[in-house]
Amino acid sequence: MIEVKSLVKIFADGKNAGVKAVDRVSFNVEEGRFYTLLGPSGCGKTTTLRCIAGLEKADEGEIIVAGEKVYSASDRTFVPAYRRPIGMVFQSYAIWPHMTVFENVAFPLRVGKQKVSHDEIRKKVMTAIEQVELGGYEDRMATQLSGGQQQRLALARALVREPKVLLLDEPLSNLDAKLRERMRVELRELQRRLGITTLYVTHDQIEALSMSNVIAVMSAGVTVQEGTPREIYLQPRSKFVAQFIGSTNQISGQVINQASDGTGTVRTDEGEISCGILSDLRTGDKVVVVVRPESIVLHQRKPSHGDNVLEGKIGAAMFLGEYVDCTIELGKNVLETHQPHSLRVRRGDSVWVELPPTDCMALPAEQ
Amino acid sequence: MATVALPRSERTGFRLLREPALIIPIIGAGVLIYLAVLPLFMLVYGSFEKEVAPREFVTTLENYQNAYASPYTYSTFVNSIIFASGSAGLTFLLGTMLAWLTERTNTPLRTLFVPIAVVPLILPGVLESIAWIFLLSPKFGYLNVALQGLFGLQAAPFNVFSLPGMIWVHSVGQVPLAFLLMVAAFKSMDPSLEESAMMSGANTWQTFRRVTFRLLMPTTASVLLILFVRTLESFETPALIGIPARIYVYTSEIYLAFNEYPPDYGRGAALAVGLLLLSAIGVWLYTRSTRESKKYQTVTGKAFRPRQFDLGPWKWVGFSFLMVYFVFVVLMPFLVLFWASFLPFFATPGWDALDKLSLDNYRYLLGFRPFWDALQNSIILATSTATVAMILTSLIAWIVYKSRLPGSWLLDFLAFIPITVPGIVMGMALILLYVAFPLPIYGTIWLLMIAYVTRYMPYGMRAASGAIVQIHSELEEAASASGASWWETFKRVTLPLLRPGIAAGWIYICIVSFREFSTSVLLATGESRVLSILLFTMFEQGQVTVVAAIGILMILVLLIIVGIFYKISGRFGIQT
Repeated sequence: MIEVKSLVKIFADGKNAGVKAVDRVSFNVEEGRFYTLLGPSGCGKTTTLRCIAGLEKADEGEIIVAGEKVYSASDRTFVPAYRRPIGMVFQSYAIWPHMTVFENVAFPLRVGKQKVSHDEIRKKVMTAIEQVELGGYEDRMATQLSGGQQQRLALARALVREPKVLLLDEPLSNLDAKLRERMRVELRELQRRLGITTLYVTHDQIEALSMSNVIAVMSAGVTVQEGTPREIYLQPRSKFVAQFIGSTNQISGQVINQASDGTGTVRTDEGEISCGILSDLRTGDKVVVVVRPESIVLHQRKPSHGDNVLEGKIGAAMFLGEYVDCTIELGKNVLETHQPHSLRVRRGDSVWVELPPTDCMALPAEQ
Repeated sequence: MATVALPRSERTGFRLLREPALIIPIIGAGVLIYLAVLPLFMLVYGSFEKEVAPREFVTTLENYQNAYASPYTYSTFVNSIIFASGSAGLTFLLGTMLAWLTERTNTPLRTLFVPIAVVPLILPGVLESIAWIFLLSPKFGYLNVALQGLFGLQAAPFNVFSLPGMIWVHSVGQVPLAFLLMVAAFKSMDPSLEESAMMSGANTWQTFRRVTFRLLMPTTASVLLILFVRTLESFETPALIGIPARIYVYTSEIYLAFNEYPPDYGRGAALAVGLLLLSAIGVWLYTRSTRESKKYQTVTGKAFRPRQFDLGPWKWVGFSFLMVYFVFVVLMPFLVLFWASFLPFFATPGWDALDKLSLDNYRYLLGFRPFWDALQNSIILATSTATVAMILTSLIAWIVYKSRLPGSWLLDFLAFIPITVPGIVMGMALILLYVAFPLPIYGTIWLLMIAYVTRYMPYGMRAASGAIVQIHSELEEAASASGASWWETFKRVTLPLLRPGIAAGWIYICIVSFREFSTSVLLATGESRVLSILLFTMFEQGQVTVVAAIGILMILVLLIIVGIFYKISGRFGIQT
């Protein structure tokens, strides 16, 4: 439904040749999918989205939306934003303060190329308003709505034209935590019901992991990894992805052997660790072994068996309600681990940590 | 669609603007240079010429010699400094006192005094001076007469025709400005800064001295500076009180050089260049100090509820101060004008004067052609100036803040220049320009309109750019993403959102144009005479009670404009 082919967008910055905000990004969003561009601010995700919307004109590449070529550098195609079959929700919601709720939603129907009859507009607007559960608010001024309601209004406005594609630019970032959680569920629910192809931009990993079919992690204008939420979280292919998504422990070391099934052994300051190893790594390569805090098994007595068992001391233990956040001091490294709140330990207690080999990944050390 | 590389302008997504985007800024720069730079250039040029619009050009320093090496120069300079610094100090003191009592203390009825403190803004400077002459003239001033009667004094206790008199009259007219600036400063002060000083063990006085006072220092400096510059530039009080009292300041010297026979344009220009430099330095220091004061920035966009000082029994002293200020400074000038407008000739109020009260002055004005001509001129000028200035500045603000074309900051700068030009200097510069210029507008109201538009361009810029900056670009982009073309977006989203800001700017320029005096005094002659100038000449001729009647009508017109403004701003929800 959305095809982006080696998209490049350069921003002029005075003297220099310019900054490549987007550097040969390609991806493909299939019909009805929820696709997320995830990355820190300045990684080019919003620029990519704005190029697809037509608010920004790319410098190279090609964009195809719903089978229509809307941008192509090679044959100089550029369809202006208002002729593209899109609906968009902005980070600030961009609710027009001089219009009522109804007028805001009706706007796309009133300005469109094909004329929509008065009754038709009323019907479509009311449907859209009901869809986002704002029924009864249609005659209010848009500014009288709360943050969450404005958010929904923006969504209704984006959907009323029945666009082929829905673009969402960090739509939840201005809401408070509780509301954000609820809107996450509602938004995904609505998207699934309407079956509308959705491109979502966020820097929030929880939003990305919980809502998406596919996530593309971006950094410095390029896509560093594309995959399902599960793949992105459990099999990060670079240190950047591992660090950016969730919290993670890192132990540096060197590959000493690797098996054909993608496992191997890494020598670290804390001893040898068996773990998964990326196929493009070679024996002798410098790596970091990453392991998620919740994967670490903690023993208060030395276990009789098990792989990757390391001895350490409790550095700090913080009770956080859902779990206990422990730091464990090994020889030269400090590990963070989340343990069930039944755990009772004190600072300085000797413990043994077990790093299950299936949850450990060796990733290239550079970057 | 052509692919001209204009990367920043595309951010707004308004492609239709692309080609005009190159032409419009150039035209804009041309208009601004014509309005703001050309007259100043002619002024500086003229100050070095032997004669105005000469057949042969002789460059000379004689003008400067005449202007600055005459025996009068020293006394003029000293008078100007005393007038400006005294006035700045007194204005600041009164304004701060009012602001502090109404904002930061528990003085009774203090909220009632906030709008009252701003009321004198409605009184044009010329009328302010006339009203105070009525009150404090040593011969017939009401206050003097009353005090003499009350205490059996031989001589009048006050003489308005003196430097202290000038300082007083100018100050009370400027107090609302100082008041508003200081209220803003007090309002934006984070109370937690003072509270944390108290929590660190500082007592009230220490808190005030070490925290409150220090935080206010940059504001104090910049407010004093702007008051000083504005007094230096002003001509109302120096014209109506200074000239009869033979106390000459900088602006009156320029006026007299122009009004003596034959007019000495060269000397006037040389004096004007000096005043322009002083004022430019002042404005430069002011903008620098306000930028500097961001270091101490107490404004964070949050609305604070400032700490209130409990004055205890002293609150009644504060209350008396507010009451005295209200009665004597705000109310009396209006009352005395109102009273005088019903008298056939000036007389002290009393039972015997009561019989003489009549509507004769107003009846006289009904058939008095010059009044109707001046009124018509003033109204045409006020509305056309406001309209032209707002259209011009909206376009320029749009280019500066939305197109982000390279070099658009230059437009911003050009439009800001006139704020440094004192009114009388602008008049002088335009005379020098249009005496030599092929456009036959000298002596018509069109010259006045050009002068007003130029002078009030900076105010228009502020209103227009404020409105434009407030429109988040996503509001326009959302329209674009909703299928609206450039024109639909402009018509349905941009324009309606801009309207309140532009309306506010329009009304403001309308008001200040209507009461303008110091530029008009040089440019408005004969058929192009405006109300403020008519007041001035008729007062000089001694028709003081008719002047009072004109003044009352002028205030009425201004009240109507302000009333419309409040109505509009209420509808659009403008904060005033």
